[in-house]
Amino acid sequence: MLEVSGITQIFGGVTALDSVSFAISAGDITGVIGPNGAGKTTLFNIITGIYRQTAGTVHLEGKNVTGLPPEKLARLAMVRTFQNIELFGGMTVLENVMVGMHTKSSAGLLACAFKMPWSISEERRIREGAMKWLEFTGIVDLADHVAGSLPFGKGRLLEIARALAVEPRIILMDEPAAGLNSQETVGLAQLIKQIRDTGITVVLVEHDMELVMDICDRIIVLNLGTKLAEGTPREIQESSAVIAAYLGDDD
Amino acid sequence: MEKLIRSGSDTMKRDLLLFIGFSVLIMVAPQLFAGGYLMNVLVFVGINTMLAIALNLLLGYAGQISLGHAGFFGLGAYISGILTTTFSLNPWLAMPIAALAVGCLAGVIGFPILKLKGHYLAMASLGLGIIMYIVFNETVELTGGPSGLSGIPNMKLAGVSFDSDVKNYYLIWGFTLAVMLFSINLANSRVGRALRAVHDSEVAAQVLGVNARLLKVQIFALSAIISSLAGSLYAHTMTFISPASFGFNFSIELLTMVVIGGLGSIYGSFLGAALLTLLPEILRGANDYDIIIYGGLLVLMVMYMPGGLVRGIPDLFKKIFKPKGGADHA
Repeated sequence: MLEVSGITQIFGGVTALDSVSFAISAGDITGVIGPNGAGKTTLFNIITGIYRQTAGTVHLEGKNVTGLPPEKLARLAMVRTFQNIELFGGMTVLENVMVGMHTKSSAGLLACAFKMPWSISEERRIREGAMKWLEFTGIVDLADHVAGSLPFGKGRLLEIARALAVEPRIILMDEPAAGLNSQETVGLAQLIKQIRDTGITVVLVEHDMELVMDICDRIIVLNLGTKLAEGTPREIQESSAVIAAYLGDDD
Repeated sequence: MEKLIRSGSDTMKRDLLLFIGFSVLIMVAPQLFAGGYLMNVLVFVGINTMLAIALNLLLGYAGQISLGHAGFFGLGAYISGILTTTFSLNPWLAMPIAALAVGCLAGVIGFPILKLKGHYLAMASLGLGIIMYIVFNETVELTGGPSGLSGIPNMKLAGVSFDSDVKNYYLIWGFTLAVMLFSINLANSRVGRALRAVHDSEVAAQVLGVNARLLKVQIFALSAIISSLAGSLYAHTMTFISPASFGFNFSIELLTMVVIGGLGSIYGSFLGAALLTLLPEILRGANDYDIIIYGGLLVLMVMYMPGGLVRGIPDLFKKIFKPKGGADHA
């Protein structure tokens, strides 16, 4: 599904990522974990086209997508969410998700401004589609609220609903549980499993170990910009290298 | 869920009714104020409304500043003026040629300039406006330089020459209303949402598949085209143009109209344009104090109506007509 090889990122002499390679299979929930500063978010920013890496390639469904901008990746059915949720604060919850339908609609500037018949029916289709995703994430009752006024937990759900509206085949989530209380985290775990069950591949960076061990099929561990380990949750839990990285070496 | 989907088409109907009501008011206004000089001012309200909407699409919706919009306005006026005087072209032909030329120019300049953000974009667009102003001044054989270009013909339609204030009022407001409807439709569409998305979080909009860079250039070009149309109409209404009308001061005045009226509101742009055009006329009686009152009023409005007139006035009414304290809850 997603294959990264030899990803290296150097920021002004500091090596943030050093030749990281891995492959993610379709239909899995894959967790990327590691101590702070391990390079997890940098890795996400490279995969999703926000940073341009120093070296290395990214393949999506066998296609070389190295260096493609985020909007092109969205059209190739890859989407992401952000650690500090990036909502369109001045717009309503429904409108936020409607922006997510951007690649699934096509009316141009003039067609919209002259209200061509097809743009009106498309607008209706966008609205209906967006409502469907609000129902899926359970925030349909907030549709008319201004996104900027949502509590953090609901904002997180909105960001996920908006990303799902792109109809991705792969979704990357950067610390989806950050800032959520324990009850919301349980709901999130449920939602992520539901997303996977609809056939979407999920990759997440996460610090909440309980969540990661609970829902992930595979885990990749980064430390100081290199890949430390890769395996099932059980294998990772038993890996002495991982324990050393997290808790410090005994020697 | 059905309720919310239906509420979408209800909003559409409400917007349309509001627009029809507004248009009717505009159309009957001359019957109410059919006194010479005021009509002339109302013609300017129409032109300024068009310009404020053009800038608002860029600033209020897409969140991109321009301090050089008077330049596009002037470019439209000069291209129309020169084509109809020196080259004796029909104004109805000169206007779209000017709009197309200005749109292409804005498109070409837009790509490099809109890579800049915030203050840097402000400086670059300021420079652009100043360059255009210098060109109007210095290409004397083409524009007439500082002494201006005169003898620009009025527009004619089906044998009627738009040579009086009342006729010009209907000509200008016909265009202004069309631009308003165009902009309202755009704002409430897929493209309008994408613009506001780019405004709130460019990176999130891109991740969702919005080509932010192209969209910004498109809206910049559209904004320039509307400004150019306003410029052509201005030239054919005034029949005389000079660089002084298209300088930096006017760019700032347009910006003030948009902010005072309300960012991201089409009717707000009308309110801002109307206020800033009418206020100097109203204050004319205050002799030398007019500038102080004018400035003071603007400061007060920004302080107490940060959302602009379009949001501030309804709030003010609510405050005045709602009984204070908890009396109504008792």
